[in-house]
Amino acid sequence: MTESVSFRLNHQPVRIQVAPDRDLLWVLRTELALTGPKYGCGISQCGACTVLVDDRPVRSCNLKVKAVEGKDVITIEGLARGPELHPLQQAFIQHDALQCGFCTPGMILTAYGFLRKHPNPTAEEVIAGMDQNLCRCGAHLRIVQAILTAAEAMRKGATP
Amino acid sequence: MSTSSISRPAGRHSPSRRDFLKNCASGLMLWIVIGPNLDAVESEGTFPVTIKMRPKDAADFNAFLRIGEDGRVTCFTGKIEMGQGPITSLPQMLAEELDVAVDDVDIVMGDTDLCPYDEGTWGSMTTRIFGPQWRAAGSAARGVLLELASEALLVPVSQLTTQLGVVTDTKDPSRHITYGQLTKGKQIERQLTIPPTLKKTGEFKVVGKPLLRRDAREKVTGTAKYAGDIRIPGMLYAHVLRPPAHGAKLLRVDSSAARAIDGIVVVEEPGLVAVLHALPDVAENALGKLQAVYTPSPSQLDDKNIYSHLEHVTSPTRVIVQKGDLAAGRAKTAKPLETTYLNAYVAHAAMETHTALARFEGDKLTVWASTQNPFGARAEIAHVLGLPELQVRVITPYVGGGFGGKAMNLQAVEAARLAKATGRPVQVMWTREEEFFNDTFRPAAVVKIQAGLDDAGRIALWDYDVRFAGDRGSDLLYDVPHHRISAEGNFNGPEGIHPFPIGAWRAPACNTNAFARESHIDQLAALAGADPIEFRLRHVSNPRLLRVLKAAAEAWGWRPAVGVSGRGLGVACGFDAGTYVTTIAQVAVDSLTGKIAVKRVLCVQEMGLVINPAGAKLQMEGCITMGLGYALAEEIHFKAGAILDTNFDSYELPLFSWLPKIETQILPAEDSPPQGGGEPAIIVMGAVLANAVHDATGARLLVLPMTPDRVKAALQATAKTGRTG
Repeated sequence: MTESVSFRLNHQPVRIQVAPDRDLLWVLRTELALTGPKYGCGISQCGACTVLVDDRPVRSCNLKVKAVEGKDVITIEGLARGPELHPLQQAFIQHDALQCGFCTPGMILTAYGFLRKHPNPTAEEVIAGMDQNLCRCGAHLRIVQAILTAAEAMRKGATP
Repeated sequence: MSTSSISRPAGRHSPSRRDFLKNCASGLMLWIVIGPNLDAVESEGTFPVTIKMRPKDAADFNAFLRIGEDGRVTCFTGKIEMGQGPITSLPQMLAEELDVAVDDVDIVMGDTDLCPYDEGTWGSMTTRIFGPQWRAAGSAARGVLLELASEALLVPVSQLTTQLGVVTDTKDPSRHITYGQLTKGKQIERQLTIPPTLKKTGEFKVVGKPLLRRDAREKVTGTAKYAGDIRIPGMLYAHVLRPPAHGAKLLRVDSSAARAIDGIVVVEEPGLVAVLHALPDVAENALGKLQAVYTPSPSQLDDKNIYSHLEHVTSPTRVIVQKGDLAAGRAKTAKPLETTYLNAYVAHAAMETHTALARFEGDKLTVWASTQNPFGARAEIAHVLGLPELQVRVITPYVGGGFGGKAMNLQAVEAARLAKATGRPVQVMWTREEEFFNDTFRPAAVVKIQAGLDDAGRIALWDYDVRFAGDRGSDLLYDVPHHRISAEGNFNGPEGIHPFPIGAWRAPACNTNAFARESHIDQLAALAGADPIEFRLRHVSNPRLLRVLKAAAEAWGWRPAVGVSGRGLGVACGFDAGTYVTTIAQVAVDSLTGKIAVKRVLCVQEMGLVINPAGAKLQMEGCITMGLGYALAEEIHFKAGAILDTNFDSYELPLFSWLPKIETQILPAEDSPPQGGGEPAIIVMGAVLANAVHDATGARLLVLPMTPDRVKAALQATAKTGRTG
């Protein structure tokens, strides 16, 4: 019942033999040994499992692995290229925009997708763009500030 | 999770000194032993700590630290990091007393084989109770280093100074020696000749400075490991069969369809049926193939009739406080006011579900667990599996939120039992549905208050009874000559009252008690024809509360008003974990939908000496944001033992779009001992918003959460009877 599925994962080509109807989240967390995407709810409600597929944030808990055939998948582990962190990661550190950190990978990747569409957002737009990601510790205010800071850094700098 | 003291329980096993020495290379090691009377820490700011360099036996020390040849300091603590920040503040305290750079301090947390016994991370106790001992350990180590330097440099200790890990001769600064050089190649154990003294406020270089989180880089890059991220070759992922309702009993189970799936292992033991597989999602799917038959739950309770049940069920009454003469208070009462307040069950709903990985190597069991209580988890596991505690090691990686919910460790016991049954390493990661089903909810509660004003408009009587929330946070705070505070049950019991397990939830009992008290004080202010802040000021003599209340009114720009002003402003005060808090909020209420929009929240807190102001403010903001949930939306619905809210599609957590403008202020109090910061700011959120809704609309909400339906009902009731207050 397994099939070969090929895609790019964190900038490297991968080919795996896998049951094609398995959800991407668990394939990433087991066969592909990437634990950045987290399980939080399993029904696309919390956003902790968010990954980028062709640069768009997608909830990997409800995405069949065969759906990413031929696509580019980025997890939080692949966001920074080289030792320098992505401006979003830097801004999350700078603003203390996390507590327990469990929602953080999904927050950052959702913000990444949001900023690609809205490079110069207002705080209200950031709030609307992040409204479907859950954080239980209450880091929301800092996350909004961090995303605004990152947006500014990304407009000034060359990093995507 | 009350404010009880830490004592070192007899018979608890910390790692033996020999084991610990085996784990450490050469260097300076220091043990710290906590004295028997820790209650004094809170009340008197004294530190009954004995420093011993040579513990008599294995259980004779409570914290230790090591200074390595490279000058790096490693400290070991049974406390855990679940977002609340001790991974930053504990090294910060140690660096201060030791005179080393914060970045040169490593911390090992929540490993029962490496760290000394700890009773659990909760109750905002890490800083205020544990902190002084921790700082004394740093100070003691510095004392030892000074003595070693005195011998090395042949000058008296009084002539030496320490800075950033270097001891220098004050008379000849060219003569200096590093901590690493002092400890190099030696295994030093030493009895201190000078008792440690903690630095005073004016001497602080590190404490009181805002520090960014030390764990942030790991957490933003995805390298931070939580219990579910640990991988061991050969491990199996387990999913455990759960009953459809609390009180339902398993009659029989047919596992043949599940067993037919390739690679599936089924374990059927008394009280534990699970399916396991090398892939977690395959195991979860196979669980659905089990055919299980249960008895119906005998519970007839649901989220509607629960309050009548809690009001009438028999349970012994404890009188917490009694002052004056209630009969005299009643006789003086010119305007009585009696109200019953209700609060719902709420879930912890940490983003990380309960998770554990268990592995046997021979007869030694290691369990990686998401827990607030590693030593408690070890005891639970050892008890259920019939192992000596020292044969069980619990390691606590990063914990993805706890809020009191991870004090219990059923998932760790399940993983351990399944590892034993299968002979393989086993991970148990609860689904979100299991997390809701197994949660130890914050209990629903009923508070009845009889109070009254005398002829002069002062509170003459306060008769307060809290049923099943617990009495923590029921302190009156205000000056009332005749008052009584009584309680039935507590936040964690007794058994048989609630239809499912309940337990501590961030500042247990306080959220309910502050809601009832501060709502009632607001009602009394209206009855007295007084502005709610002015009315409170008339009844407060506690100088710390007075200071906080005045500072909040000033920072807000409070303009007094009597009765329903239509501005939507509310105020509430609270006291928890040694910290005083006043919060002022503004809301707008949509009378058509019943939705409450919170516009602005200002929280002013006095928490004694602040170790890390950045971390403390982060906690205040987190409390305010999390508090919006239980105030406005969070409520567990249930019927006949079945939990009807099982995921985030129906159980609403606060969202980004709920964010008000948040302002936090910490009043300077450097000369007072540090107090708790992880909980106090959340306790007033229900009351401050209920009071603000009343000020906006004239409707008084007596039930939390203030859902749109309840708001609409209260608005309709108010429209019929006319505006109150």
